[in-house]
Amino acid sequence: MSPLRRRLLFGAPLAVAAAGGAGFYTILRRMQDNKYDPHALPSPLIGKRPPAFTLPGAAGFQGFSNTDLLAPPKPMLVNWFASWCVPCLQEAGMLSVLARTGTTIWGINFEDTGPNLATYLAQNGNPYARIAADASGLTAINWGVYGVPETYVIDKTGIVRWRYAGALTLDVVKSTLDPMLKHYA
Amino acid sequence: MRRWLLPLLLVPALAWGQMVTRDGVTLTQPQETRAEAIGGQLRCLVCQNESIEASGATLAKQLRVIIRQHVVAGDSDKSIIDFMVQRYGIFVLLKPPVMPLTYLLYAMPGLALALGVLAFWLGRRTRVPPPAPLSAADRDRLEELLK
Repeated sequence: MSPLRRRLLFGAPLAVAAAGGAGFYTILRRMQDNKYDPHALPSPLIGKRPPAFTLPGAAGFQGFSNTDLLAPPKPMLVNWFASWCVPCLQEAGMLSVLARTGTTIWGINFEDTGPNLATYLAQNGNPYARIAADASGLTAINWGVYGVPETYVIDKTGIVRWRYAGALTLDVVKSTLDPMLKHYA
Repeated sequence: MRRWLLPLLLVPALAWGQMVTRDGVTLTQPQETRAEAIGGQLRCLVCQNESIEASGATLAKQLRVIIRQHVVAGDSDKSIIDFMVQRYGIFVLLKPPVMPLTYLLYAMPGLALALGVLAFWLGRRTRVPPPAPLSAADRDRLEELLK
């Protein structure tokens, strides 16, 4: 066996193991830093306008349709939520902070009832400028929503730039949402 | 024999005519079979490792209803699957399509085989030629030593 071949036979598995190790380390590291979520799904809506819909208002709020989202004065959030959803409750505080600091948030109340929504808002505060009701959940399917809460960033030309599934945390807001809102301002 | 022929021929029609109701949608048995085949290819996004057919999630149920409504309306399998991909992305497909993102995935068996062949080729040993037969003097000495 030539020395080169011997070295290759010894080195190749070592190199494969080292490359694998480096890869796994990077993935775990990025997961720890909240930069990578293996469960996150890319939304096909990104780069497009939301699909056509017209939803009535809920709990005395004004509803909206896709045409109302065509040209917001500054980038805004559309937040899918429900009074029965536990992670929605977890992000309620974060949404209030965002609303207070001048971010426009419109809510779509998912498979919920008016009285339950009213109680929820009374207990947890209301960050929403408008709330539309998707009682059947069919508009959610057209948006590709697969659970609540989901948050979408819509830029000034009405195009969806970001989708986040799950409760918004301070980490996510600082690392991703804030820079995004600034970028599209 | 002829008496039985007509009823026998009509047996499949019985199966065809049978209506089933699944998740509140009524459809014929062949339509239901088609709907199940389509739903079996789609991933439930809530549980992520179950098909829409197998999942108990509310969203999966809603999607099953939508699939059945489209089947009853006479839409093709492809258009129903496209409907889902358009909304949820290629992740809804339990079998990923061949596309630039999945080239590496589909090339993996070939790559693994090539690596194995390479390792095998590198690891092969050159055959050492057998030693020359002993000379007469050596054989005598061997006899002497072994005595």
